[in-house]
Amino acid sequence: MLEAATISVISLTRRALTRRTLAGSIGTAAILALALALPARSLHAQATDCLACHSDTTMQDAAGHNVGVDGPKFHSSIHGSLDCNNCHTSIKDYPHPDKQTPVDCKSCHADEASSLTGSVHANSKEHPCTSCHGDAHSIFPKADSRSAVYPLNVPATCGKCHGNNGMGQKHGLPSILPQYVDSIHGFALSKEGLLVAANCQSCHGSHHILSHSNPESPTYKTNIPKTCGSCHAKINDDYMTGVHGKAVANGNLKAPVCSDCHTAHAILQPTEAAFRSQSTPICGNCHKEKFSTYRDTFHSQLGSLGGYVETARCWDCHGAHGILPTADPNSPVNPANLVKTCGRCHAGANASFVKYQPHANARDRKLNPALYFIRLFMNLLLASVLIFFMIHTILWVIRARYNQVKSKAGNGGNHA
Amino acid sequence: MPDSVQAQVTMSQPAPVETNLTQTSPARWFRRFTAEQRTMHAVLFSTFLGLAATGLPMRFSESLWARKFATGVGGFGAILFFHKLCAIVLTIAFLIHVKEIFTRGILKREKGIFWGATSMVANWKDAKDLVNHMRWFVGLGKRPQFERYAYWEKFDYWAVFWGMIVIGFSGYAMWFAPFFAHFLPGWALNAALIIHSEEGLLAILFIFAIHFVNTHLRPDSFPMDMVIFTGVESEEEFKHKRPLEYERMQKEGKLESRLGEAPQTWQLNFSRVVGAIAIFIGLTLLVLTLSAYFI
Repeated sequence: MLEAATISVISLTRRALTRRTLAGSIGTAAILALALALPARSLHAQATDCLACHSDTTMQDAAGHNVGVDGPKFHSSIHGSLDCNNCHTSIKDYPHPDKQTPVDCKSCHADEASSLTGSVHANSKEHPCTSCHGDAHSIFPKADSRSAVYPLNVPATCGKCHGNNGMGQKHGLPSILPQYVDSIHGFALSKEGLLVAANCQSCHGSHHILSHSNPESPTYKTNIPKTCGSCHAKINDDYMTGVHGKAVANGNLKAPVCSDCHTAHAILQPTEAAFRSQSTPICGNCHKEKFSTYRDTFHSQLGSLGGYVETARCWDCHGAHGILPTADPNSPVNPANLVKTCGRCHAGANASFVKYQPHANARDRKLNPALYFIRLFMNLLLASVLIFFMIHTILWVIRARYNQVKSKAGNGGNHA
Repeated sequence: MPDSVQAQVTMSQPAPVETNLTQTSPARWFRRFTAEQRTMHAVLFSTFLGLAATGLPMRFSESLWARKFATGVGGFGAILFFHKLCAIVLTIAFLIHVKEIFTRGILKREKGIFWGATSMVANWKDAKDLVNHMRWFVGLGKRPQFERYAYWEKFDYWAVFWGMIVIGFSGYAMWFAPFFAHFLPGWALNAALIIHSEEGLLAILFIFAIHFVNTHLRPDSFPMDMVIFTGVESEEEFKHKRPLEYERMQKEGKLESRLGEAPQTWQLNFSRVVGAIAIFIGLTLLVLTLSAYFI
C-alpha cells in the first residue's frame, strides 16, 4: 500500500512537470497536494493514477476483458486531456469495484448519439461508437491520419464488418469492401491517396446511416443522383435534363439512376474495357427489344468478343447521362445529327451511310421487309443445299462401302 | 481393252495404292492437276480455314467457345485482322484465277474452258449423271461414267466461285462501309451482314460436312484423295473414277502425254499431315458451329 502510494506520487509529480493540456498547472498542483495529503486515495482519478495499474496493456478483468491502456497513446489522443472518471463515471475511489457501468459516449457526444438513433447501426450489439472509432483510449480527430475515420482509413474501418468474413456473410449482404477497393473510387483513395475520393461515408453518411430502402437515405433510389452529384455536379446536371433523370424526378422508380448503370460499389472507369463490355446488357435490362436487335448487328458481334471494345455501345450513340428522345434536335441520334455521330467512328460517313439501321430486325417482316426476305432467301438456300447434299452424301457413302465390301469379298479396301 | 488393263493392274498391285508408291512397281501415274492448280487449292483451303476459324466466332459471338477463343488469340482485334488478311489473300487468288480463265478462254481461245468435256461449265450430261448416280445409290441402275469433272466437283467449284463473289462483295462493303455507302443505300449494309454471315455459314457447313466426305472421306478415297496434293493419281484410280476421260484420252492418243511420276514418300507424308490438319480443323469448327445451335 505504501509502496503503491509512493510510486503514485512520484509518477504524478513527473507527469505534472510535463503536462501541457487543459487541466493546467494550477489544477495539477492542487491534485498533487491532495495526493500528498491522501496518499492511498484519488477522488479525481487522474489518468496517471489509474495508469499505475492499467498501463499494463495485457491487464484483464475478472470477465477476461482487456482493461489495459497504452498511456502515451492515450495522452496523445483526442481524449488525452480528460480524466478517466470523466467517462468511467462509476469509479469514485480506489480500489474500485470489479463491475463498472458501461461508458456512455453520449454524455458528451449527444448530437452524434441522436444521429445514431434510428440508423442501421442503432441496435448494434457491438459498442456502436468504438466499432468504428476504435479503442476509446486511442481516438484521434478525423483529420488525423491515425484516426479510424480518417478518409483514407474509412473503407478499411467499415470493411471490418462489410468485408469478406464479416456482416456480409452473417447477414447475407454482398461483401462490399472487395468491390470498393477495385472501383475507381477505391483506386483514387488507395493508390492516389485522394482525400476527396468518395469513401463509404461520402455516400452513406456517418452516424445517421439509413437503409437504401428508406426514402430519407442518400442512397435511396431517387436521392442517388443528388448524392453522386455532390461531387459529380455537371454529370448530375446533364442527367437531370435527360429522359432518365426526368423520369426519376417524376417518381418513376424504374428509370435508372447512377448506380443502375455504374453499380454502387464496384464502379469502373467508363472507358475501361470491362465497363464497356458490361454496359450494353445493363441498358438491355429495360430496353430488351433494342438490345436484342443490337445483338444481331456487327457492333455487338465485334463487341462481344474479348479485347475489342471500341465498337459502338448504346451510350456511344445515344449519349450517357443526358439521353434525349430521338425526336429532340439535340439528340445525337436525331437524323440531322447522325452523320456527325456515326462519323465519330466511321470517318467519311455520309447521308447514305447513316441510313444503316443499327437496330434492324430481319425477323420483322413489317419493319424491315427487304431484310426479312433476304434472310428468308438465304436461309432457304442454306437449308435446301445442305439437306439435298446431306442425303446425297449419306446414300453415296453407304452405297460405295457396300460395293467395296461386296467386290473385295468382305475385306473392303480402296476403289470399289 | 480397259478391262484387261484393270486386271493387269489389279494383279500386279494387290495392296492398296498408297503402300505401292514406295515400291518399284510398273504402275503408271497420270497428272490430273498442275502445280498452279494445286497451289491454288492450297491457298484456297488455308485461307478458307482461316476465314472460317475467325468468322465463326463473330457469327456466334454470344457462345462461350467464341469468347474463349477470341480472348485466347488476343481478342477481337486479332480475329478481325486475321480475317481481313485471309480475305485479301483469297481475293488475290480469286483474281488470278479469273484472269487465267480470261486469258486462256477469251484471249487465247483455248478449247475446253467454257464448254466441252474438260469444262467446269455444267451440261446436260451432269444433270443425267446426278439422277443416275442417285439411282445407283439406291440400287436402281448402273453407276454413271464420269468425265474429267463430275457434277459434284463442278458444284463445288461454282459454289466456291459464287460464294467468293457474294461473301467477298458483302465483306468488302462492310469493311469499307462509308465508301460503299456512296453507291449503296444504308440498309444494304444491314443486308451485307446477313448475306455475308449466312453465305459464309453455308460455305463452312458445305465444305466441312459435304466436300470433305464427297472428295476425301468417302470409301473410294478414304481417308484422303491425294491427287489434289500430289497432282498425280494411279492408272487404276484414274480409270475407276473417270473412265470416260481415260477412254477419251486413249482415243485421242494423248494418254501418254499425261504420264507423270509416282509421288515421293515425303510428298505423301507431307500431304497427309497437311490434309489431316485441315480436316481436323474443319471438323472441329463444324462441331463448334453445330454446338452453337444446339447447346
